[in-house]
Amino acid sequence: MPELKNVADLARLHATTQQAREARRTACPTIYVGTGTCGLAAGAGEVAQAIRQELSARQIEAEVLGVGCIGMCVKEPLVDIQLPGRPRVTYANVKPDMIPRLIEEHLMNGQIIPKWAMGQLPADGAPPETQVGEPGLPSYAELPFYRKQVRIALKNCGMINPESIDEYIAADGYQALGKALSGMSPDEVVDEMKESGLRGRGGAGFLTGIKWEFCRRARGTPKYVICNADEGDPGAFMDRSVLEGDPHSVIEGMTIAAYAIGAQEGYIYCRAEYPLAIARLKKAIAQAHVHGLLGENILGSGFSFELHIKEGAGAFVCGEETALIASIEGKRGEPRPRPPFPAVSGLWGKPSNVNNVKSYGMTPQIILNGADWFSRIGTSGSPGTAVFALTGKIKNTGLIEVPMGITLREIIYDVGGGTPRNKHFKAVQTGGPLGGCLPASALDTPVDFDSLTEADATMGSGGMIVVDQDTCMVEFAKYFLTFASAESCGKCVPCRIGGQRMLETLTCISEGRGTPEDLDGIEYISRNMKEGSLCALGQLTPGPVMSSLRFFRQEYEAHIQDEFCPAGVCKGLFSYEIIEANCPGCGLCLKACPDGAISGEKKKPHVIDHLKCIQCGECYRVCNLGAIEVIPLKKKEIPA
Amino acid sequence: MRDESLITPPILFTTIIAQSDIWYLTLIQRRDTLLKKAAIEGACMTASALDFAPLDKILDEFKGRKDAVIPILQRAQDIYGYLPKEILQAISKKAGIPLSRLYGVATFYAQFHLKRRGRHLIKVCDGTACHVRGAPKIVDGLEEALNLAPGNSDPDYKYSLEIVYCLGSCGLAPIATVDDKVYGQTETQHLVDALRQLE
Repeated sequence: MPELKNVADLARLHATTQQAREARRTACPTIYVGTGTCGLAAGAGEVAQAIRQELSARQIEAEVLGVGCIGMCVKEPLVDIQLPGRPRVTYANVKPDMIPRLIEEHLMNGQIIPKWAMGQLPADGAPPETQVGEPGLPSYAELPFYRKQVRIALKNCGMINPESIDEYIAADGYQALGKALSGMSPDEVVDEMKESGLRGRGGAGFLTGIKWEFCRRARGTPKYVICNADEGDPGAFMDRSVLEGDPHSVIEGMTIAAYAIGAQEGYIYCRAEYPLAIARLKKAIAQAHVHGLLGENILGSGFSFELHIKEGAGAFVCGEETALIASIEGKRGEPRPRPPFPAVSGLWGKPSNVNNVKSYGMTPQIILNGADWFSRIGTSGSPGTAVFALTGKIKNTGLIEVPMGITLREIIYDVGGGTPRNKHFKAVQTGGPLGGCLPASALDTPVDFDSLTEADATMGSGGMIVVDQDTCMVEFAKYFLTFASAESCGKCVPCRIGGQRMLETLTCISEGRGTPEDLDGIEYISRNMKEGSLCALGQLTPGPVMSSLRFFRQEYEAHIQDEFCPAGVCKGLFSYEIIEANCPGCGLCLKACPDGAISGEKKKPHVIDHLKCIQCGECYRVCNLGAIEVIPLKKKEIPA
Repeated sequence: MRDESLITPPILFTTIIAQSDIWYLTLIQRRDTLLKKAAIEGACMTASALDFAPLDKILDEFKGRKDAVIPILQRAQDIYGYLPKEILQAISKKAGIPLSRLYGVATFYAQFHLKRRGRHLIKVCDGTACHVRGAPKIVDGLEEALNLAPGNSDPDYKYSLEIVYCLGSCGLAPIATVDDKVYGQTETQHLVDALRQLE
């Protein structure tokens, strides 16, 4: 494909790619395989290979496309089959040995296998109303997991082949860039972003348009555009999915930002743990160069932009913008006091604009569809959608995008399907290790920047981890503190020492050596860390501890006063007991016990020998009938 | 390699010869020359297993770039598996970057290793999603099965056990990787079996 010299060229390419897509949709059977990191981990690579082998063995002509993550991680590997003129039918949990039957029955004979099929969705580019659906199969819009979702940042994820710029262009890609470069002045772009009310999706929620304006007005050249793809939160993979599933949207968003603020160079700072995302970004950047959508004189507008990728080296604090900039400069990733903000003095001391992956990913659609369209979605204070990685003890783990203002209950129960194995919901953790834990009583909190902050949690960049009755909140808080204090860069005292001291105190409590004064101590340290730390890492480290202390104080007190861990997690602070009335003597626990501590005849209640029990929890895990309970340690039975 | 007798001249010698400064200075000079020679030989001996040629190629590629420290260290680690002292010293010397700065960067980021690592890497994810879904048990199980504390390698350097925070596949928690292969919804036994198949 030759270089695009102007917007007319882009329009022509848009039309050509759409025709090609339409031709494929109506003439050629297509098989889509979800090949994001999640999919590959679940075996999508083997599945794709099996499909290709089967196709060539039967000499069938069909296109096999690797697509990004459509969000339903729990159902991976996902395979979609689309026959000419028909919708895409999704099969879940596909194994290589299912392929021959899928190809024979569905691809060759047009018979859907209802047992394996999960749902159907319109093929690319086909308006839903023009397409005859498959009878008896729910559409995506009817599936509980997708019903409440609105996809903006994830619009193309799982839908298009992320390694093909043509498919991105066919899906209206680079149209926003064309619109901005040909018909809008940089100031108009900034105004459009301001009007949309888009708030930074990295977590802090600062207005993106205002940030761009600061940078645009800042004196000094050159200016830089930086994409923060250092998604360090454990339990979060939104940015990875966007980069893997739709890398061009981020590139386009960054190019528009660069045009708006007057930058000619940009960096994507991506964590090195995401090799696939980096590979796809590199490929996408090279394609954009070939098409003249990056480089000199883009679309004949006189505007030039170069984009580089910087691989992180594993430091959580580099998600903080000043630390990230230091890391790009090749230094230790230590934050520095702000102001001056990066918009005034950033990379190499020059004005720099730092935004999250999703903020850039949403930009093209805001420019293309207008600020009004965007601000109508979500709430007035937080317009648009929020992307969450829904994980932990939840049935439908995956990646979701929901309009702001939806409640936590809707996300967890409607989209997520609730907690598995009939366990009770205990808490939901948002905002990663610097966020907060909310209890069941807070489930009706609307999800937006302000409401979550008010409820003692944070929006964060999008990790949402659900925990059930089996998670000990003291241990959970200790886990986050262990992480945050290990990741403290050590530059400022409150964070370096405060985190460590708090971790020591929590360790004491989790070992049954805590005192009531410890809780006051934790609160005291928290306040000081919050007020005295240099960057968000130190200021927010106490978050999970403070929110769990607020909502689950009785659990802390049980550890301290009764030396009892009600969740049965903290070793040495509980024991297991079989409830006679509930035990049918099925023998599951007896088989699971690695130390032979459980005995009993078949069909009669079993007993645990507390002298032999090592509290590994295997019996508790395997019992489906709730016949095993966690009780305070039976001190009398264990000789001193 | 260091001969103690070279560092401190024998007492008898010094008392007698100290009367003449020139003699003493000559002795010191000779001692220094010998020490230097020994140090060079020593360095060569420990570093002889290392091939510096690929390093020169990397340094050429990043010549003159002020933001190059992290990529240089990353590429060097890709080649040598970790960052041996000699390599850091060589980078410092050849690229004119103070060793203190290289050391500062290498110890700051979790990705860099100054200790030799095994030929195969077992990474168990202990990100939040994996943590609540049983990652600690997998770590304990591997620790017992391999008799290896996390962050260490076995004596033959066959494998290293590492704990990482989040590999980004939280939907399939708990996960672990053995070299490049990802194991989703895994258990200790799966990983032990996978390790048995290595080599």
